[in-house]
Amino acid sequence: MSTKKITVTVNGTSHSVEVEPRLLLVHFIRENLNLTGTHIGCDTSNCGACTVLLNGRSVKSCTVFAVQANGKNIKTIEGMAEGGALHPLQEGFKEEHGLQCGFCTPGMIMRCADLLERNPNPTEEEIRWGISGNLCRCTGYNNIVKAVQYAAKKMQEAEAVPA
Amino acid sequence: MFCNTSKEISGLGHGMKRKEDARFLQGKGNYIDDIKLPGMLYMDIVRSPYAYAKIVNIDASKALAIPGVLAVITGRDLEKYKLHWMPTLMSDTQMVLPTDTVMYYAQEVCVVIATERYIAADGVAAVEVEYEPMKAVVDPFKALEKSAPVLRPDKGKTDNHIWHWEAGDRAATDKAFEKADVVVKEQMYIPRIHVASIETCGCVADFQPVGGQLTLYMTTQAPHAIRTVLALVAGHVGLSEERIRVISPDIGGGFGGKVPVYPGYVCAVAASVLIGKPVKWIEDRMENLQADSFARDYHITCELAATKEGRIQALRFKTIADHGYADAQAAPSKFPAGLFSICTGSYDFNTAFTEMDAVYTNKAPGGVAYRCSFRVTEAVHAIERMVDRLALEVGKDPAKLRMENFIKKDQFPYKSALGWEYDSGDYHTALKKAMDTIGYNKLRKEQAEKRKRGELMGIGISSFTEIVGAGPSRQFDILGIKMFDSAEIRVHPTGKAIARFGTKSQGQGHETTYAQIIAQELGIPAAHIEVEEGDTDTAPYGLGTYASRSTPVGGAAAAMAARKLRDKARKIAAYLLEVSEEDLEWEPGKFFVKGAPEKAKTIQEIVFAAYTNHPPGMEAGFEATHYYDPPNLTFPFGSYICVVDIDKETGEIKIRRFVAIDDCGNIINPMIVQGQVHGGLTQGLAPAMYEEFIYDDDGNLLNGSFMDYLVPTAVESPHWETGHTITPSPHHPIGAKGVGESPTVGAPPAIANAIVDALSHLGVTHMDIPITPQKVWKVLKEKGVVKAV
Repeated sequence: MSTKKITVTVNGTSHSVEVEPRLLLVHFIRENLNLTGTHIGCDTSNCGACTVLLNGRSVKSCTVFAVQANGKNIKTIEGMAEGGALHPLQEGFKEEHGLQCGFCTPGMIMRCADLLERNPNPTEEEIRWGISGNLCRCTGYNNIVKAVQYAAKKMQEAEAVPA
Repeated sequence: MFCNTSKEISGLGHGMKRKEDARFLQGKGNYIDDIKLPGMLYMDIVRSPYAYAKIVNIDASKALAIPGVLAVITGRDLEKYKLHWMPTLMSDTQMVLPTDTVMYYAQEVCVVIATERYIAADGVAAVEVEYEPMKAVVDPFKALEKSAPVLRPDKGKTDNHIWHWEAGDRAATDKAFEKADVVVKEQMYIPRIHVASIETCGCVADFQPVGGQLTLYMTTQAPHAIRTVLALVAGHVGLSEERIRVISPDIGGGFGGKVPVYPGYVCAVAASVLIGKPVKWIEDRMENLQADSFARDYHITCELAATKEGRIQALRFKTIADHGYADAQAAPSKFPAGLFSICTGSYDFNTAFTEMDAVYTNKAPGGVAYRCSFRVTEAVHAIERMVDRLALEVGKDPAKLRMENFIKKDQFPYKSALGWEYDSGDYHTALKKAMDTIGYNKLRKEQAEKRKRGELMGIGISSFTEIVGAGPSRQFDILGIKMFDSAEIRVHPTGKAIARFGTKSQGQGHETTYAQIIAQELGIPAAHIEVEEGDTDTAPYGLGTYASRSTPVGGAAAAMAARKLRDKARKIAAYLLEVSEEDLEWEPGKFFVKGAPEKAKTIQEIVFAAYTNHPPGMEAGFEATHYYDPPNLTFPFGSYICVVDIDKETGEIKIRRFVAIDDCGNIINPMIVQGQVHGGLTQGLAPAMYEEFIYDDDGNLLNGSFMDYLVPTAVESPHWETGHTITPSPHHPIGAKGVGESPTVGAPPAIANAIVDALSHLGVTHMDIPITPQKVWKVLKEKGVVKAV
């Protein structure tokens, strides 16, 4: 099968790779780049385990071809902690026990990052609707809501204090 | 809550943050599909589009012509090695790959092995299979009719009846029913559902032709049992148990669905053995839903006999269990109906009889104990619905009727009508706490006022009793292997430890809670104890994690192994302090001399001495192993109350509040217990209102994907309110009972009872779950509440 060369920046590193046009972005991330934190939980774009940020917006990477990411920026769960410090969302999920098996967690966190970017201080209902494209079978969602609230608070406090 | 250790030690009762979270939060978990071996091949599966058909021909030529497709393996190929059939855990048999007939929709027909994942999928699309469809047997009642085709003549069957099981006293029960003032009866269906863990199943089979070793990375909740089963079924082709290593990596949710051996696993092993290279197989979601073991699927005729005041006198349940084309349940071997005989629930009466008939149909084989201790969910749903039904019949408040029928606190240990010895309980306190928390009496007043205005509001209670922690070896085994479990603790010279277990976490947080149990017993900080599970080469033998057995059995083993070490520590401390053992007292973390607390040795000093200065005649080192055989099961319980508001025009159901009071005995980590309850409640909500597999008359599964199998999202899932009472188990070393499954078991009847309660004044006595807006709307239309549209 013919291939096409794409250049994609993932977590700040540029990659130029020959890929089949049919290759899904999620497989490109997992198989070609060995970034296995992004998971696959369904084949109908329902579960959201594969959620990553594409040019800053959350997408389900099972629903995007790798070639469509050509020239774009991708952030995955592996790019969330910076300088050894967990992202406030990662910290929130730990502190509020927002994860159990951990399989939906990376996608959930990437989705929540986009949610907080658009709405820095969401209500419980806004959080619930905001993550309704991501399935979790373990937590019953209560603590995911609390984790997002924890992160929102922390990120707003950081914003308020000039560096 | 019991808590006598410092935060630094973090023994029982501390809400310690989870040790496993660091890797999961940073994308460093190691799940099955993350495993990549040099030269690894990929397997994909051709599946049947028919529920029942003869295979006329399999033409693999076009698939084999695709560059990168290396092999297509059929049932005929496996037949040469006698690997085309395999035993189920219930001593039935199921096909690995068919030689001539397919028995259910999406059954494995043959497998394609290729160099890449996408090429394997291309290969699957290119295999041409010619079928001769037959009329499928879908309805289990019709399957029992004489005219039904016999699905398993290979089992010597002349009909589709698999087995009959019964418990209790039929004659005494019939007599009690004849004499009773009141008899209530309902026919209920507990639908076929699926665990739908977000990670599907898969494996990487790595057979080394030179040494004959097989390493099998596999999504399994029971790695040791899998190793033994593999050795037993494939010993004749050279797989010997000492050369099989099963590794269960991080598991993305199990819930019982990762207990069975599915044909895909066996095919991947066979392919690796035949080709001599590692072979990876990862299911997609549709394969997972359509072909892996389902759960539930019980048709139950329920009857209760009572006095006119509503005092229960007797219970009579009769069940038809649809097992699909093979009884592939994951249950203890002597319990074909699992622990369904817990169906007398939380209530004190002497007479009961329950019977069950299992049936073959053209559906996927099963069923698994989905977050449920072997059919407890079905039993609890039936009794908790029937208690409400009885309350309605005798005109009594369902809370009051429960209070009047509960087993009393001072009756424990209590022998149930069907023979179980409940270890401990305090049902009145739990229900009262739930009622106080939610404001029960006020809600009833509100409901009465709303009814006058024509508004629909319902309150539902479930006061369940679970039966978990299988189990005592005199009764419990799987294929003959007793259901003990094990812990091995090694403490290193500097006082840090590694502990290994025969169980396997799938998200329950074992790396944290097991460390806390050991911390409690030894005083070594939980942060200094690594917990490892899932590798049969290193962990002691155990039967795995399901049926809420990790805390009752594995957790008990941890406490007992730690106590062996504490006994040794006492001897070493006595030697170091030059006193007799009797002169020493223990507090978490150190032994000190009675009356002279300044003369003390910390556990770290003692452990160091075990390697550097151990007493003459004593074995050096600081290690212990314990295989725990529980003396009894544990009986967690709880009371849940749900409040619903129903839109009388659309049938839309809104859960306004849900209060869950659980009693799981002593609590190891309150944060984790609460998390388990939240998650279990959403998994109880799922079958109560959303999830059900629907088959058409030809046996096609109509909703076998996440587009139409409705796993609740954060929007459907309400804000859960939780609380607890604590009634320790008298026989468990740390008084714990297990909690993971209580909410999945307890929630569905609370929700169903609330919805039926909202409609009961219209003459509704029962509705089968899942209770959807459509079902409610139909009822409202029948009853004239919704005007004809």
